[in-house]
Amino acid sequence: MLRTITSTLVALAGLTAAGAQTVAVTGGRVVTNTNAGVIDGGTVVFTNGRITAVGPNVAVPSGARVIDAQGKWVTPGLFAPFTQLGMVEIALENSGNDSNAGESQFSVALNVADAFNPNSAHIPPARVEGVTRAGVYGGGSGDSMFGATGAVVDTTGRLDSITQRDAFVYAVYSNGGSRMSAMTWLDAAFADARAFPGRYQNGGQGDALNRLDAAALRPVVRGDVPLLIFANRASDLLDLIEFKRRNAPVDLIIAGADEAHLVADQLAAADIDVLVNPVDNLPGSLAGLAASFDSAQVLQDAGVRYAFLLSESDYFNVRLLTQDAGNAVTHGLAWDDAFRAISLSPAEMFDLDDRFGSLEPGKTADVVIWDGDPLEVLSSAETVFIDGVATDMTTRQSKLRDRYMNLPQPGDRPLAYIKP
Amino acid sequence: MKFTSLRLAAAVCVLAAACTEAGDTGADSDEPKDPIEPVVYEPDPYPSTYAPLTQETVAVTNATILDGVGGQIDGGTLVFSAGRITALGPDAAVPDGAAVIDAQGRWVTPGIIDVHSHLGVYPSPGLNAHSEGNEATSPVTAEVWAEHSVWPQDDGFNAARAGGVTTLTILPGSANLFGGRGVTLRNVPGRTVQDMKFPGAPYVLKMACGENPKRVYSNSGPSTRMANVAGYRAAWQKARDYKQKWDDYVEASGEGEEQDPPSRDFELDTLMGVLNGEIKVQMHCYRADDIGQVLDLMKEFDYQVSAFHHAVEAYKVADKLRDNGVCAAMWADWGGFKAEAYDSIRENIPMVHAAGACALIHSDDAFGVQRLNQEIAKALGDGNRAGLNISKADAWRWVSSNPAKAVGVDGETGSLEVGKRADVVIWSADPFSTYAVADRVYVDGAAVYDRADPALQAVSDFMLGQPAREAN
Repeated sequence: MLRTITSTLVALAGLTAAGAQTVAVTGGRVVTNTNAGVIDGGTVVFTNGRITAVGPNVAVPSGARVIDAQGKWVTPGLFAPFTQLGMVEIALENSGNDSNAGESQFSVALNVADAFNPNSAHIPPARVEGVTRAGVYGGGSGDSMFGATGAVVDTTGRLDSITQRDAFVYAVYSNGGSRMSAMTWLDAAFADARAFPGRYQNGGQGDALNRLDAAALRPVVRGDVPLLIFANRASDLLDLIEFKRRNAPVDLIIAGADEAHLVADQLAAADIDVLVNPVDNLPGSLAGLAASFDSAQVLQDAGVRYAFLLSESDYFNVRLLTQDAGNAVTHGLAWDDAFRAISLSPAEMFDLDDRFGSLEPGKTADVVIWDGDPLEVLSSAETVFIDGVATDMTTRQSKLRDRYMNLPQPGDRPLAYIKP
Repeated sequence: MKFTSLRLAAAVCVLAAACTEAGDTGADSDEPKDPIEPVVYEPDPYPSTYAPLTQETVAVTNATILDGVGGQIDGGTLVFSAGRITALGPDAAVPDGAAVIDAQGRWVTPGIIDVHSHLGVYPSPGLNAHSEGNEATSPVTAEVWAEHSVWPQDDGFNAARAGGVTTLTILPGSANLFGGRGVTLRNVPGRTVQDMKFPGAPYVLKMACGENPKRVYSNSGPSTRMANVAGYRAAWQKARDYKQKWDDYVEASGEGEEQDPPSRDFELDTLMGVLNGEIKVQMHCYRADDIGQVLDLMKEFDYQVSAFHHAVEAYKVADKLRDNGVCAAMWADWGGFKAEAYDSIRENIPMVHAAGACALIHSDDAFGVQRLNQEIAKALGDGNRAGLNISKADAWRWVSSNPAKAVGVDGETGSLEVGKRADVVIWSADPFSTYAVADRVYVDGAAVYDRADPALQAVSDFMLGQPAREAN
């Protein structure tokens, strides 16, 4: 037992030391997400968790740990813009499900950072496939269009893995059983926040929001925190464009957006960001009849900033971002654009692109080494650095795999004694 | 189906009559009586009206061919005519008059078979009016047939075809212990589901283990796994008794005894079909221990489970699946979404395959079905990274010959072998790549989809005239 503890401490010490260590990843195909584009045979150097050099002819600092990435791909870590990673362990179990707060009287005042579980078994499978940062959302109560105030997290599993509290506020454009009610309610909620605290003094009440929610919405009204709102039908998107115009300087990210390609020019002119699922080509409902593989390409051509949304597996299969982005390429999008939609673009939307989403000096060293094109289904991540630290590549899944790889023969000890 | 067995029984009677005919001269009561033709219900009351589209004689040349049963031919030629594969090999002769498709740089495979689809019963768009997959009103609804709910205007059929899917088994959902019959379809557009029914394909029965039935019926029962098993046993015992009545009746008729036929029970008709080996059981089960219970259940009542579906823990009991001759229909990496899916691993399919059991992929999803080639690619990559040395040619079994076996159409399709139905996909590139797409899809030797030809891209009635939606 003592030996186990000692070796764990040594391992932890090693990890910490690696953060301070200088690492040079050499000779790989480096996807920078900058004007430097893709560099074949490039080198990425980082130290103390920050990237210090990227390029084709970068000198390896003396004393650096050198990782030969010839034949490999080297990319920024993936950024999943909208997930419930760490909010749900098993959906049908109350003890492990903080996905929404249906019985709460609050919505925007709720904070994802208060519920996020960095020890979720769903986080390592995302990490080992290159996902290093994620936008995490929470649902609110039944009456409100708003969900919780969301956070951006890292996937290290460290107890302090909240990267950014108050990263966005989540909403679904639906209220009162009709779109008519939805827009009235949204306007009223913004008016409440704008009128806070005056409207709430001396026993006053808001038209839509209670006191705490009105206070929490104020950063959104000021445009400091984006409102990430789900809507699909083209006419809804036009209504939200108009809403943004009359509520400047609000910062809108429209998610779902099945029919965004029908109003792409208007979205571009309004400077509204969009989250789309690139493989959503069938109508889920009457609100998204125009769902199409072409959506991302149309948004790209129109100059809309977009990122990729996972279809449904948003707390357990976050790693499928690469397959989804690859399919966007299959249906016409340029590779660099598709990759940006799962790395740099989400960072930009949450105003974190000064730290994440590209490989350039000064950025956080979230760096992934892949055994091939990361958007290819046969490829896999080999090494994942977060904040410059090489992370553990085992998962609960890989342990189960290793336990059962050789099924017991008669006379063998039960597999429960095998602890990979 | 029981009806076939009645016919068999009748045939036995005829033989028995022939044996005794010569001595059948007197009216002595000890003498065998003339057999009476027993009542036989219409064996196929909702018959297929499928007709292949325009069949061609086609030679696909210079292709990398995966035959679906473990073979790969580089630079090969595949020939089909009148709906059947006629030649295949590195030097297969091109018949006179054949349309020649030069597939240089491209790959050719058998069409994809998805044995777990809810297209048509949970269609797109997901209208309340079209939610047809679960008859969640009683835990035993073996009397319902999915084909009576399938909406042929689900545009998901067209999207799946563009993904190379030529055969689909549409199942009821998993709310019930016995969910009802599933139906196997040719993936061609039809005005009625009968226009799509795979001629001669056996029926399947959907059953479910574990959390779903006990959650859906938590108030009325079953509310536990033990009650799930009790429910299966009660139903199978009723089915045994019912079968005995029919067997006795047919035997008595054969001996010339006038009897009323047993009163007909549509629920038990289906279960008797399973006991007679004519209906193939598709068993939704996640956990290894649930699988273990069902392997004993099927022995207790002397029937065969054809495939466990979802089976996220199949890798834990792959040897038992092999030894019991039961397939596992799995996802590549779907899991984690509920307690019984918590132990899903990405190497499930390749580990089941490597243990010598029958492994196959399924979609259970209107989006996943469009990319089953990518799904097996992920499974293959994960398996080989874990040290299993599986070829692409072997992995293609997971989408073709093994699913064909699981639903009993392996004599007709699922592989590129001379005599089989010409269900063929020409891929733009290696289909184990994200970037490969189906260039052309044939069902029974008729082109049903072409990526470059809008005339071969079907659109459902529902999507006609809807907001702009590009056809790729």
